[in-house]
Amino acid sequence: MGRYVIRRLLQMIPVFFGTTLLIFLMVNVMGDPIAGLCGDRQCDPATAAQLRSEFGLDKPVWQQYLTYMGNVFTGDFGTAFNGQKVTELMATAFPITIRLTIVAIVFEIVIGISLGVVTGLRRGRPVDTTVLILTLVVISIPTFVTGLLLQLLLGVEWGIIKPSVSSEAPFNELLVPGLVLASVSLAYVTRLTRTSIAENARADYVRTAVAKGLPRRRVVIRHLLRNSLIPVVTFIGTDVGALMGGAIVTERIFNIHGVGFQLYQGILRQNSQTVVGFVTILVLVFLAANLLVDLLYAVLDPRIRYA
Amino acid sequence: MDLALEEGTTLERTPGGPEGTGPAEKPRSLWSDAWRDLRRNPVFIISALIILFLVIISIWPSLIADQDPLNCDLAKAQQGSQPGHPFGFDGQGCDVYTRTVYGARNSVTVGVCSTLGVTLLGGVLGGLAGFFGGLSDSILSRVTDVFFGIPVVLGGLVFLSVVTSSTVWPVIGFIVLLGWPQIARIARGSVITAKQNDYVQAARALGASNTRMMLRHITPNAIAPVIVVATIALGTYISLEATLSFLGVGLKPPAVSWGIDISAASQYIRNAPHMLLWPAGALAVTVLAFIMLGDAVRDALDPKLR
Amino acid sequence: MRGATQTKCAACAVVVALAATACGGGGSGGGGGGANGIVSSSWGDPQNPLEPANTNEVQGGKVLDMIFRGLKRYDPKTGAATDLLAEKIETKDNQNFTVTVKDGWTFSNGEKITAKSFVDAWNYGAQLKNNQKNAYFFGYIDGYSKVHPDSGSASAATLSGLKVLNDKTFTVKLSQKFSLWPDTLGYPAFAPLPKAFFTDHAAWVAKPIGNGPYTVDKYTKGSSMNLRKWDKYPGDDKAQNGGIDLKVYTDNNTAYTDLTAGNLDLVDDVPASQLKNVKADLGDRYINTPAGIIQTLAFPFYDKKWDTPGGVKVRQGLSMAINRQQITDQIFQKTRTPASDWTSPVLGEAGGFKKGLCGAPCEYNAANAKKLIQEGGGIPGGQLKISYNGDTGSHKEWVDAVCNSINKVMGNNKACVGAPVGTFADFRSQVSQQKLTGAWRAGWQMDYPLIQNFLQPVYYTDASSNDGKWSNKEFDGLVDKANAESDKAKAVSTFQDAEKVLVAQMPVIPLWYQNGSAGYSENITDVSLNQFSVPVYEQIKVK
Repeated sequence: MGRYVIRRLLQMIPVFFGTTLLIFLMVNVMGDPIAGLCGDRQCDPATAAQLRSEFGLDKPVWQQYLTYMGNVFTGDFGTAFNGQKVTELMATAFPITIRLTIVAIVFEIVIGISLGVVTGLRRGRPVDTTVLILTLVVISIPTFVTGLLLQLLLGVEWGIIKPSVSSEAPFNELLVPGLVLASVSLAYVTRLTRTSIAENARADYVRTAVAKGLPRRRVVIRHLLRNSLIPVVTFIGTDVGALMGGAIVTERIFNIHGVGFQLYQGILRQNSQTVVGFVTILVLVFLAANLLVDLLYAVLDPRIRYA
Repeated sequence: MDLALEEGTTLERTPGGPEGTGPAEKPRSLWSDAWRDLRRNPVFIISALIILFLVIISIWPSLIADQDPLNCDLAKAQQGSQPGHPFGFDGQGCDVYTRTVYGARNSVTVGVCSTLGVTLLGGVLGGLAGFFGGLSDSILSRVTDVFFGIPVVLGGLVFLSVVTSSTVWPVIGFIVLLGWPQIARIARGSVITAKQNDYVQAARALGASNTRMMLRHITPNAIAPVIVVATIALGTYISLEATLSFLGVGLKPPAVSWGIDISAASQYIRNAPHMLLWPAGALAVTVLAFIMLGDAVRDALDPKLR
Repeated sequence: MRGATQTKCAACAVVVALAATACGGGGSGGGGGGANGIVSSSWGDPQNPLEPANTNEVQGGKVLDMIFRGLKRYDPKTGAATDLLAEKIETKDNQNFTVTVKDGWTFSNGEKITAKSFVDAWNYGAQLKNNQKNAYFFGYIDGYSKVHPDSGSASAATLSGLKVLNDKTFTVKLSQKFSLWPDTLGYPAFAPLPKAFFTDHAAWVAKPIGNGPYTVDKYTKGSSMNLRKWDKYPGDDKAQNGGIDLKVYTDNNTAYTDLTAGNLDLVDDVPASQLKNVKADLGDRYINTPAGIIQTLAFPFYDKKWDTPGGVKVRQGLSMAINRQQITDQIFQKTRTPASDWTSPVLGEAGGFKKGLCGAPCEYNAANAKKLIQEGGGIPGGQLKISYNGDTGSHKEWVDAVCNSINKVMGNNKACVGAPVGTFADFRSQVSQQKLTGAWRAGWQMDYPLIQNFLQPVYYTDASSNDGKWSNKEFDGLVDKANAESDKAKAVSTFQDAEKVLVAQMPVIPLWYQNGSAGYSENITDVSLNQFSVPVYEQIKVK
């Protein structure tokens, strides 16, 4: 087990280099970011050339990458076009997004798995159909519509919440955005749990447990749920990263100055320093989440062993 | 407990249970069994009919819509339904009904082809990685990590902005490229679990080949989560196309699709909700059909139901 | 007061139930009220550091407008340039100017404003190595090509055309005659700078010091800026409120929602999709006034297919195929006005705006449009592609509407299509590198309210914003003549003669004049927008 974890941690090194190089190249392919800095008019060629050399954009890509990586190892993630340090941006954006992600994941786990268990045990019953219809609504209406609607209803019409999140973004202001962010994933988690539960409900060990006369609650939680969770856990694991980096729409609607917003702004302004910095951290988060998921496999299913 | 589970199980068993199997019949393969089951499953029949209908109007939209989706009159922008225009008009004054019908082709193509591509690529790679483990698993898992790291918006801007083709294929290719890691992860997890089952161990002990074990024993037991995720993903891919189009890197104008219309309508939800209702409704029905189909196929493939 | 609301809300700590979030909402506006009340206003993250010569967009411009005052100031109502820090600006030949600075003005840190404060600031702005994006503003001053050469490094550190005579006076020598030059001095790029700007630049950028009616109290990059009234401000336009809290919003729609929920006092950019609701949401707390912005369709004259003798007819035909009235009514809800010249209504009749100068070529006429396009040889390539950036604004909607209008006239659904480009930067780099082969959306936001600014930088041969590379000797000659004219009225009418060349040649199609639109809460009064669509913050009163 210990050796396995160490091996996995070592694997992060090539992934780290691979991703940063890939993202670096991608931002570079997008072309010249300087043209966008002068508004609807042309930058004068001398200033543009000067800016390019200041941001190192006049050098070949490989050289830019090496310089960048060199700086990263000294803790310098570069500077955004507005003169702000990328590390500063990260320090404000990540805590906010982590809080938002926690809220979303809690919703996924609590609501998603409960609904999944209920529907899985009552397949074909009205409750199952109702949940299916709700799932459909969530999938077919894009997040930005659900977000705007909830903002309008809860924030303006009924005045239950503040329509926008303040720059401190405490947990209580993130409940509704978190729900919106989690909504599509909720659909996945519910459907996955439902299928898994329904499948395992017919497994021999469940019959045995029932035959032994164990109480219903214990059978469902200890035997049925635990064995049904692997696909769900896998999904949530992959979702952590997606939620953190992909909250662009939700963060925009609810005025959350988090990772998704900064990343989106960085991409639109074609600012490689911001984008590479944020994505690098995100990839590290994926790696950690996936390691955790793989370790959870062994906890959930004792037959799985890592050497 | 007993009650709920037993009832649930009986309910599943109704169509084409083992009763129909006479002792004289030859043992059939899992797949032909499944097909027999499916043909008698009303859920399958209904969903198949809906999908067939979608395919038909995708090919011949003029069968049920006689107007031109690009013929718009700005004077009628955002107006509600009126004779000859049952669904009303959108922000440009185009007929919403006609656009919903004509949008089916691009949207269904994007949804179905992307899902097929993602499922095949992701399912096979993830399944193999889960089955063989070791080095191939490590490499695949780390590659998926890298892919997860690429923000969709960035990927779209990079890969799709260089494309000039106005067809759906670049968009599909892009979705497959960025979507397969998700399915691969799910498939891998599923296969790792299925691999532990006694019958797989037994088959291995009996000297079954890898191919046989994978096809006969593991796939049917590991496919359920993949189908679930894939059928839901189909809907999200159709929406994703909307996001890409919105950024100007998806389908190029004057293409018509539900995604484009949904994202255009989202700005007007307060004033003209009908603009959103119809394309989103069409998307919902499509996803419903595929989810039902996926459920039916999954049930049919589950040997424990027999 | 908002601050109190927030602490109360933070005290709620982590709550489990949704309903518990109810402790938000409510409080808004300034608790102090009256002259000490604080106004909260929406803001966007400025793209560049807040140096005066480096700020070229409205978000940074808002701040500069509050913390800086220059030699001249544009009257927020009429747009006329009046002397502010300048005691007088004198010239005999329209090329050599003598500027006298008023006594009694200081920066908010107490430093006295002298002639040197201006000359140093302008030299900094023009110097190539300082990367100031508005450096071209100093381009008319003699010696600019030495401190800011088109390529290579600067051969001089300061502009040779600027000379400090004494504490109060300095002289400016221009490289050409430019009679209206003093009127450009109201632009923030010409603001004076304190010594602190040069000695401790990083600290200055983190918390700018200026000489305007407000001082920066607290600046959190990327999220907010708190400005407070400067009590010792020597000017007449003292702040009528206690201060302004600028809050960065990720989206203007969210800011608007916050306004309707009562959490924000002022939104100066009402999103197009909400315009239909403005009456119901805000009643008469909504302003819709002209701003110095015109939107156009530009064409690639560097491309042989477009630079043909028959091209004029095609462009005029396309112009006549666009139903401007319908588009501004339906898509923009009257926050744009159909354009009938190449300037802007904010200039006023005397300043050179002339309604209907363009005449028939800018009016919708389906039959003539089709005829003209066909006579001119049809649309080059058989299809008109209108490029725009898809990332911001509602460009997609109006481009689609323009195309639908043209398609209808041509009786062909594929005659015109929109061609979105993913990012603004990419769009601009395609425009400036002359990669586009069809039309593209163009716009001009004035730097200063002069007709010269609407014409020379955009249509003069090889001018900085002449992206389509249109060139016409007659037009250039008239512009030169107008600049040399010392009589203002004569200069303006000569510029209008130049504009008539545009009618005949139609190098770009004028579409509409853009308005500034703003909404505000019940807590404040006396809200207005100036010609740059920036709120006149110092006049706002808190109830």
